[in-house]
Amino acid sequence: MPPMLDKLRKVALRLLQAVPTVFGILVVCFLLTRALPGDPAAYFAGPMADAESIEEVRKSLGLDKPLPMQFVNYVGDLVQGDLGMAVSTGQPVISELARRLPASLELTLGALLVSFVIAVPLGVLAATRPNTWVDHICRFLVTAGVSLPIFFTGLALMYVFYYLLGWAPAPMGRLDMMYLPPETVTGFLTIDAIIAGEWEVLGAALAQLALPLITLALFTLAPIARMTRAAMLQTLGSDFVRTARAAGLSSRRVLITYAFRNALLPVVTTLGMVFSFLLGANVLVEKVFAWPGIGSFAVEALVVSDYAAVQGFVLSMAMLFVVLNLLIDVIYTLIDPRVGEAA
Amino acid sequence: MNRRDFLKGATSLSVGASVLPLFKILPASAASQETAVVVIGGTINSLDIHRSGTNRSSYQVAINCYDRLVSFGTKEMPDGSLSYDFDNVQPELAESWEISDDGTVMTFTIHEGATFWDGKPVTAHDVKWSLDRAVSLGGFPTVQMKAGRLSSPEQFEVVDDRTFRITLPFPSKLALPDLATPIPIIINSEVAKANATDDDPWATEYLHRNPAGSGAYKVARWDAGEQLVYERNDQWIGGEIPGYQRVIVREVPAQSTRRALIERGSVSASHNIPNKDAKELAEKPGVKVVSTPIENCIYSLCTNLDFEPFKDKRVRQAVAWSIPYQKIFEQAAYLQGVPMWGGTDTVDKIAWPQKSPYDLNIEKAKALLAEAGYADGFDVPLSFNLSHADWAEPAALLIQQGLADIGIRATIEKIPGANWRTIALVEKKLPLHLENFGGWLNTPDYYFYWAYIKGNLFNSYNYDNPEMATLVDDTLDMAMDHPDYAPNVKRMIELAFEEIPRIPLWQPTLNVAFTESVEGYEYWFHRQMDIRALEPA
Repeated sequence: MPPMLDKLRKVALRLLQAVPTVFGILVVCFLLTRALPGDPAAYFAGPMADAESIEEVRKSLGLDKPLPMQFVNYVGDLVQGDLGMAVSTGQPVISELARRLPASLELTLGALLVSFVIAVPLGVLAATRPNTWVDHICRFLVTAGVSLPIFFTGLALMYVFYYLLGWAPAPMGRLDMMYLPPETVTGFLTIDAIIAGEWEVLGAALAQLALPLITLALFTLAPIARMTRAAMLQTLGSDFVRTARAAGLSSRRVLITYAFRNALLPVVTTLGMVFSFLLGANVLVEKVFAWPGIGSFAVEALVVSDYAAVQGFVLSMAMLFVVLNLLIDVIYTLIDPRVGEAA
Repeated sequence: MNRRDFLKGATSLSVGASVLPLFKILPASAASQETAVVVIGGTINSLDIHRSGTNRSSYQVAINCYDRLVSFGTKEMPDGSLSYDFDNVQPELAESWEISDDGTVMTFTIHEGATFWDGKPVTAHDVKWSLDRAVSLGGFPTVQMKAGRLSSPEQFEVVDDRTFRITLPFPSKLALPDLATPIPIIINSEVAKANATDDDPWATEYLHRNPAGSGAYKVARWDAGEQLVYERNDQWIGGEIPGYQRVIVREVPAQSTRRALIERGSVSASHNIPNKDAKELAEKPGVKVVSTPIENCIYSLCTNLDFEPFKDKRVRQAVAWSIPYQKIFEQAAYLQGVPMWGGTDTVDKIAWPQKSPYDLNIEKAKALLAEAGYADGFDVPLSFNLSHADWAEPAALLIQQGLADIGIRATIEKIPGANWRTIALVEKKLPLHLENFGGWLNTPDYYFYWAYIKGNLFNSYNYDNPEMATLVDDTLDMAMDHPDYAPNVKRMIELAFEEIPRIPLWQPTLNVAFTESVEGYEYWFHRQMDIRALEPA
């Protein structure tokens, strides 16, 4: 079998393996949402509704049927691609996810990219020059990043750069009201603006993105920089690096080809982990900057027991993680010399 | 599509999925002479107030985009701000109306030349279809219609294209004002029927996303969870043409962000701000705060009569004498509102809300408690709705201290907003809790109907008194100039204070912050922003 096809088969197998996991998540999530206290029918019927109208709402939500029946209906709809209605926002769950997921991902991936670009060189420098000023700066950033609550960083940045200095645009979502969004292709405003060639809009989108992105980047800087530093220290102290040095290879070559490539493995794993908790941390940033993302949607839905919305959210997250794990595995085979050869 | 193309097509009505570009045309500052930007903390989840699940923030669409047959006039408040006037019913879609001598038949003449946005004249058929819809769909609209004694399609009759008749089972003073609430909106029935299905005869799915009205503003764009953009309808006939061509309502969930936005002048108005911000922002240059006492609304501490010690009215009175009212007013209300304690011993007026005779008096409270046989006090949970934590939490802590002074040991329980209604209002099982009911229709008897009649929703404390029930029953539909009206209401208030199941703390305010560039704001009982009154300064 050609190696390419073999890889594809492996990927397909991995995806297939995820099916029981996702189904399990579906069941647990379905049961958990039902176990939440509170009666969605009573809530959505409104404060003045009488018992009769609450029953009508219950019926329209399909909550009058027994649980197993509800689950069968839910899975049946799901197979047809119908995730139901999010009563709390009045939109179909699928369109909410389609609109909000890119918003959150743009923020999350952007923050991850920025912190990766800063944290990795910083970690490498700190590892190669332990106990110098670079190392101290690294240590300071790491400590600050871990210890500052994300909500606080967001508010503080907003206070300084929007409220006091006026450099940042009004924190009111993804695009200033002056601009019209570019045609939706990916849902990422920045990419869509590039595709449409609307540079002014791109600038505006980046300006809106700046503060929330920095907030999140500060938060993720810490684990990545720390992991890079530790991994680099470890590989720099390992036998093969010593051998390479003894063999007279240039220090640049030793550092990048031998040490760094090996140190990158735990960093990529960390990246995957950071990504997952970043999606959680998003909620607060989304609230502060009025970002129409998936986190704030899920929290609001949870608070009012909006079953369909919560289930849709959990399902999309589960899918996201399946893809993410796969992606990390693929990246692994690309950067790990051993994995690459084995294949 | 570029901005010029868009301008040409700016009257297009479609919203939702079809992405309508809009904003390239705006001047550098979004808030301008033409456009106002309003920030709200909630989210608009439907453009149809009749739909089940439609939340409070969405009521504004019914107010700004639809007309009712009638509306309320305007009055000036003592502080110079403006408020709607419950006692002054004004035409909106109806240009005139007549009420029969026996008070049961109301005949409305629809405004000559009134048209929906698509140009179709407004007819009595539209009115009938719309009111039929409100009484038939169930849920909140039906309940609110019932308050005006409107409960069946048989009551609504088309006389001719411009004449519409409502027949009441018995005369009621609440019928006409109820027609001015956000519920009985007039919908373009032809558009709606064209989009109705067998499963959905009232076109709830269509009107959810596509308003079809005759009101002062159309919806130019709705990005659910982000913003709603109103575009003025220059053909509006229901009142004076509004001052702004366009109003953008943006949803900003974090209160601190909303505050920064209004302080920096990035937005024109911030709706429903907390008391603390209202107090602080009022002192800042460039920001105006309008605080209006919310009519027919009292923040209260309720003592549940199902809870053994509270069965004795002396215990309830003791609680009422143990509350540090002034401190609560300072630390929970930030002095925004109207004190509701320290009144006279006798009820000598029928204004509602009015001050209760209670005040902080630990000696009196202890004496009453001892008299009732609870000298050693008792344990009781004190609950509040987490959605109202901004005022309820500090109030609960101070009440807890007050109760501790007379030996009652209260433990504070926070209840999530989504569960509040079921636990507090439906099951009515919270022994001691903070409550915020306010009635839309501004008559004392309407308040007493909801809050002091056994089984009614806002009687969350199981108060049951046959005398009160008879009084409310006799008075609810009675005209206010009826000779029995004032004595009846006075007796209700006396009973409420004597038996004190609901201890008034203060009358809250609705606070709205504006930049200097906006004028004309008017308070409405529905507590939503009526953008029709706003105008550039």
